[in-house]
Order: sequence, then structure tokens, then C-alpha cells
Amino acid sequence: MTQAQIQENANIPARIEEPGERKWQDYFTFNTDHKVIGIQYLVTTFIFYCIGGVLADLVRTELRTPDVDFVDPEVYNSLFTLHATIMIFLWIVPAAAGFANFLVPLMIGARDMAFPRLNALAFWMIPPAGILLIISLVIGDAAQAGWTSYPPLSLVTGQVGEGIWIMSILLLGTSSILGALNFLVTILKMRIPSMGVHQMPLFCWAILATSALALISTPVLAGALILLAFDLFAGTAFFNPTGGGDPVVYQHMFWFYSHPAVYIMILPFFGVISEVIPVHSRKPIFGYKAIAYSSLAISFLGLIVWAHHMFTSGIPGWLRMFFMITTMIIAVPTGIKIFSWLGTMWGGKLRLNSAMLFAMGFVGTFVIGGISGVMLAAVPFDIHVHDTYFVVAHLHYVLFGGSVLGIYAGFYQWFPKMTGRMLNETWGKVHFALTIVGLNMTFLPMHKLGLMGMNRRIAQYDPKYTFLNEICTYGAYLLAVSTFPFIINVIWSWMYGEKAPNNPWKALTLEWMTSSPPAIENFHKLPVLATGPYDYGLENASQGVPLESSDPVLSAGPNSVLRADPDEPYPTIAAQKEEGQPTSDS
Amino acid sequence: MKIPSSIWTLLIGIVLTLVSLWYGQNHGLLPVAASNEATLVDGLFNTMMIVSTGIFLIVEGVLIYCAFKYRRRSGDETDGPPVYGNIPLEILWTAIPAVIVLGISIYSFEVYNSMGGFDPHGGHGSPMQHQSMKMPGAAIAATLSDTPQPDRSIIAQNVNPQEQAQASALEVNVTGLQYAFIFTYPETGVVSGELHVPIGQEVVLNMSANDVIHAFWVPEFRLKQDIIPGRETQIRFTPKTKGDYAVVCAELCGPYHGAMRTQVIVQTPEEFEQWQQEQLVASREELSTAVAAKPDDMDADKFLAPYIQDMGIQPEIVTHLHHQH
Repeated sequence: MTQAQIQENANIPARIEEPGERKWQDYFTFNTDHKVIGIQYLVTTFIFYCIGGVLADLVRTELRTPDVDFVDPEVYNSLFTLHATIMIFLWIVPAAAGFANFLVPLMIGARDMAFPRLNALAFWMIPPAGILLIISLVIGDAAQAGWTSYPPLSLVTGQVGEGIWIMSILLLGTSSILGALNFLVTILKMRIPSMGVHQMPLFCWAILATSALALISTPVLAGALILLAFDLFAGTAFFNPTGGGDPVVYQHMFWFYSHPAVYIMILPFFGVISEVIPVHSRKPIFGYKAIAYSSLAISFLGLIVWAHHMFTSGIPGWLRMFFMITTMIIAVPTGIKIFSWLGTMWGGKLRLNSAMLFAMGFVGTFVIGGISGVMLAAVPFDIHVHDTYFVVAHLHYVLFGGSVLGIYAGFYQWFPKMTGRMLNETWGKVHFALTIVGLNMTFLPMHKLGLMGMNRRIAQYDPKYTFLNEICTYGAYLLAVSTFPFIINVIWSWMYGEKAPNNPWKALTLEWMTSSPPAIENFHKLPVLATGPYDYGLENASQGVPLESSDPVLSAGPNSVLRADPDEPYPTIAAQKEEGQPTSDS
Repeated sequence: MKIPSSIWTLLIGIVLTLVSLWYGQNHGLLPVAASNEATLVDGLFNTMMIVSTGIFLIVEGVLIYCAFKYRRRSGDETDGPPVYGNIPLEILWTAIPAVIVLGISIYSFEVYNSMGGFDPHGGHGSPMQHQSMKMPGAAIAATLSDTPQPDRSIIAQNVNPQEQAQASALEVNVTGLQYAFIFTYPETGVVSGELHVPIGQEVVLNMSANDVIHAFWVPEFRLKQDIIPGRETQIRFTPKTKGDYAVVCAELCGPYHGAMRTQVIVQTPEEFEQWQQEQLVASREELSTAVAAKPDDMDADKFLAPYIQDMGIQPEIVTHLHHQH
């Protein structure tokens, strides 16, 4: 019997055979089911991704030629401001929340999130915030000061647009804080009793680290934006130098959130990749604890590197050195993850389907963004390339080559679980090939542009950069084209695709131990861990291990085989709280 | 003949090292290095490029190798070997990157020091104390800024002759405004829209902004510094290669940010001197023949009277206008 069969058999009592059926209307209501909310998040954010992508292509169309000949410079500034804002706050951050919403309760064997209504509230703050931003663009008065919105520029470029932008980010930030709180409590308190933290899937570890980071840093952004709003509307001078304020203070407060935001955007997808790679390599994850704790290390270090965005802003020399060293150190836990993923693949039996290809594409392109990140940490070099296309290239390799490929890997991996239908593999591979070519064509030449002297956020440039900019622009068009196979594949498969089995990838984590799509309350009874989340290839080792251990929490370990009593009734959340069940570290 | 895998590893290692070393020196990604600082930065970048090329090739190589070598054969439904980790290997791939980033940090520190980053006058900004200390928000600002600039005369007493020679750097005041740079040479009073500097002499730019944040960047000098309203920032460099280079505003400053560019002209000291003289003569001639040079002993109405008659304007209107302002 394979490990997957052992896990499935042990969970037969927990499984609800009838797949969950939802009416389409449910997805437009204030529904408290974490699976509905997860899909609401993912579909909404994907729509915003398409809008942000259109804005990116408009920006690239302007940049195809050196002159300002496509849109007004004011409109151009609004386009890139909204492109960045939408891609960060309405696509990558909430897409991670979408996956976490759908997967975390299933992975830890819970019936829902800790605070279901708060969860729905957090989601329903997102559409109005997004619509506000789009409206500001439609009425022709969108924010123009870049997504960083540095004063004094943000105080002089149009009050209405800037005000809408601040309002929108405050809403999205609040949503993110509420979501983070919910994930933290869910992961810490609602795991099945036999799941110690070291039996948790690595995706849960990643969400744990992300949520802690979001909870600590997002309020600082909210504070900065509220002060900025006072400067804008009430004539105060927190940041306005004409009244004695200091614009650099805003930069500190802004980056105290916005650098951790990069990790908020990438850590969840480190988690996705840590799930996808072992399943399709048919091998245990290489260095479980190293990957788990490196997430926490990144989360902590992410809080003390913010001023590397300000090396040219006039901060003292010793502070530049401090932030350089902390930034450099982040490369170490990130490197551990990359090498551990390579170690997982090495010697495995790789099933090269779309999910696995996107995961491998993630490792291959993210490493470029990681390397250029170390370069940017070196102060003397950063002083040269700060605010140039080198930085644009770097951040897109991290956020597109990293986060977006991670999101796609997640879509291909869990689409069968979410919808009960399989995606078409051929179109998935076409999508993968177009995306990889398009992304490298768009962003690779930007490294050279930045090093040679092209600054960012400009509508016109020196004609000697025309050729490379044309390549970037055509690459951006290719990226736009590359999403069509995916969109068509998803819509067609959702309606007519082949029915998905409960566990199509023969995975071991608990979300695969219930029906596809999971029934409304996920599990009939408490699911059990007959095997650890990544114990592939342990067929023979599973014999002769006592299953009736008296204390399942203590006997649990990635190598041990344990099985709780399948007849144990499912405790309600309230009962669990009263009993104060030990669910902490083994 | 079967070649043992250790020999393959050794060969791959050698090829990888050679390719990395070659590419790190021959990437051709940077423009001309036109200042002493640029050479230092390029050395750092080339070193990072060597290491980066090696890491990049290892990661991509392993990925592609795995995709072919460890592809699942059709019909094989079994799992791979249950390998959970390898402690020595994990220590190795934690230690090697740690050593690399430590090395790069030390190298960067050295370069930054040679560029004068820790010089009390150098590289970074300090708030205009006299202006901002009395104002609201100054308490927060003060905690984030460097210590006040020490008085120059005190420093000058302690430096050796060589440093004293360096201290006689050419000072230029730079004003950034939407969408232009204005360069003022305080010693001679020359005002220019282009920056002229002599080869081999250290230049200090004292920069301030009138409206929003700008940034002074010369790609060929590899130097950049934000120009922030409400504080004075400084940048130092020593130009070394003759030529005209672009001065670019690198911080978003409004819709025409892309048009905020000018030139820096690196000249021989003689040419620089000549240029300064020309500028002075031009401005002096202008002064003596200018229409609007008003002698101090005349009041405005009396001075304007002849011109007013020429233009056919009633003197009362001018008086009226004059007193309104």
C-alpha cells in the first residue's frame, strides 16, 4: 500500500462522500464558508490582475517609443501608479489570502476559519476598494505620485485622486490585518489534536509567518497614510517641508510596511511551492524544519531591512551599513529554501504537469530576482541603480517570476480540489511556455536598461534605449496573450472538464482526504494523520509501528506513523476552547 | 569508458568557475566609468556578477538536469526514495551563502568608505538645523538624521597636508526644481543650467530642492543622491574621464519627470577656467547694458519714467501699479 492509500484509508470515516454543491448565487453573498470566501478572493483578484495587466500594457505601449506620443504625461503617471497599486494590493496580497482561506482549514483538519464572519468582512472590503481606484481612473483624476506616494509630490498632484488612493489602501490594509489575525488564530488553535506544529504542511508555516508579518507592519502603513491624509486635507505638516515637516519620515514609515509587504507577497508562494514540489517529485520535502524555520527567519528579518529602499534618501552612513547587512542576511534563509527545493527534486520521479512546471519555473526565475536583490543590498552599487529599470527588473523577477508563477502553480495544483474538475494539461503547458518566454522577454532587458542609465517612472527616454524597450514592450504583449489559454482553460474546465477524483495527485496532506470539491463542513469526523504530510516512499517503513499510541501529539513526527482513533467525535470550536486541548509543539 | 562521477563534478566545477570569471569581467552591462568612484563601484559589481553567474548556472543546471534525468517514466506509479534531508549538505548550503554575503558586505563597506561615505561632510544629508528645529515635526526628524555637521575649521586643524589639498574641493550649489537643475558656483558667482567640472579635482555638490524631491544621478559617475526639500544633501566625486554625460533626475517629481535632464561636462582644468571666465564676462556685459539695471540712488518711478513715455503709458498707472504691490 502506498502512503497515499494509507492516509486515504485512515480518513475514510472522516470523509464526506457527497461533494459540496454550491449555487452560483452563494459566491455573490456575505457567505461565511471559508471555501466560498477563498474562491471569492481568487476570482476577484484575478479580475483585478487582468485590469492591472491592461494598465501595464498601456505603460509599455507608451514606452515603445522614446517620445511622449501615446498618453498625456499626467495620465501616464496615473497608469503606472494604479498598475503597481492594483498588482500589489488587489492581486498578489489578496490572492495569497484566497489560497490561505481555501487551504488552511482543510490542511489542518478544521471545519472553518476561527472567525468566519470576520473572514467574510475582510473579503468584502476588497471590491469597494478596488472599484474606488478604478473610478478615480475613469473620472480622469487618479493618483499620480507612484505607489510609494512620497510627499511632497503626493501633496501637490491632485487632491481627489490622492484622497481616493489613500482611502482605498486603508480599506485594503484593514482587510489584510483582519485576514492575518484570522489565519494566525486558525493555525495556532484549530489544528486537529494529532497535528503538532511539525506535522503542519509547509504552506501553513508560510501563512503563519506571513500573517505575523502583516499584523505587525500593516498598521504602520495605515498610520503613515492617515498622517498623509491630514497633510493633504487639513493642512498639517507632518511630512510637508513647507511647514517644517520631514518627507523622509514618511519614507521610513512607508517602507516599514512596504518592505515586509514584499515578503507578505512571496512567503505564501514559497509555501505553495513547498507543497507542489514534493507531491509531484514523489519524494519527501528535503529539510522540512529548515524550510519551516527559514520562513520565520525571513519574516523576522523582513522587519529590519526597510531602509535599503532609502540608501539615496539622505540617511547616515552607519544606518546604510546596518540595513545593508540585514538585507544581505535575508539571502541565507532564502537560499536554504531554493536549495531544499532542488534537493527535493534530485533523485525523485518528477511528474512534469502544469503545476510542477510552474513550480520549477518559479525556482528558476525567482533565483534571478534573488541574486539581483543581493546586488541591490550592496550600498555603493544600489546608489547607482536605485530608481532605475534595474530595480524594475528585480522587483518583477521577484513578484512576477516569483509570486505570479507561484499563484499559477497553486491554481493548477488545487483547481481539482476547488471545483471538482480537472484542468486541461495541454493548454496548461502552452500557458506555461508563453508565460516563461514573455516574462523573460519583458523583464530581462530591463536589467541592462537600468545599468546603462534609464531611470524608472518616465514617459520619455533617451532614444539610445529604444531597441531594448521595444523588446520589453513586445514581451509585455506576449504576457497579455499568455493569460488567454489560462482563462479559457479555467472557464471551459470548470463547466465541462473531466471530473476530478478526491486525490488526483496522490498527495498526503489533509485537503486531499475529503471529497472534491469538499463538502460544506469539510469533514464528517476528525481527520487523522496516518502519515506525515510529505512521507512519500515510506511504503515499507510503515509496517509494524504501533498505531494505538496513548499520546498522539507526542508520538507524532514526520517519520513516525500515527493514527488517532477514527471514531473520535468532531469537537466543536467551543468545546475545544473549554477543554483547552494541547495543540502546541510536540 | 565510464568516467567516475567525481571527475565529472570536478570538470563541471572548473568550467563553471571559468565561465563565471569570464562573464563577470565581460558582461558589458555598464556605461563608461567617468569618475574615480565609478571604478570602485564597477569592481564591486563585477565581483558580484562572478558569484551570481556561478549561482545562477548551478540552480538552472540542476533544474534542467532534474527535468530530464528524474522525469517519471510512464507506467511507474511508485514513489521516489524517502530522503528527508542531509544535515552536512544543509549546513554547507547555509554556510556558503552566509560567507558570500559576508564577503560582499565587507567589500561594499570598503568601497563605501573609499567613496567617502563615512566622511562627516560626505554623501548624506543633514537637515537645515536653523530652519527646522523650531518647527513642528522637528523632534521626530531630528532622531532620524545624522549628528549636526561639525564646524569645518575644527576639522581642518587636524588633517594632514594631503587631506587639506583634497579639502579644497570645487563647491557647487545645486537647486532642483520641477523640471530643471540649476548649478551655482559660489566662488565665482557663475550660474548655469549645465554642470561643468574639471578633471581630477574633487567636486562637492550642496543640493537643495525648491518643491518636491528630486535626485541627482550621473550614470557614468555611478552616483546618486536625493535632493530633498527642507534639508541640504551633499554628494562628492572626482571626475576622471573627459566627456559629456547626462544628469538625470531619478526620483519621480511630476508628469515631466522624464524631461528633467541636463548635462555634466567634464573638461580639462584649463577649459573649465576658460568656461568660467566666459560665463562671468557674459553676465557682466549683460549687467552694464541691460535694460533693467537700476542704480541704487534712483527710486523706481523716476528710473522708469523715460521708458514709460516711450511706451505711451500714463505715469499715474505705473505709480498706481507700483503701490499696489
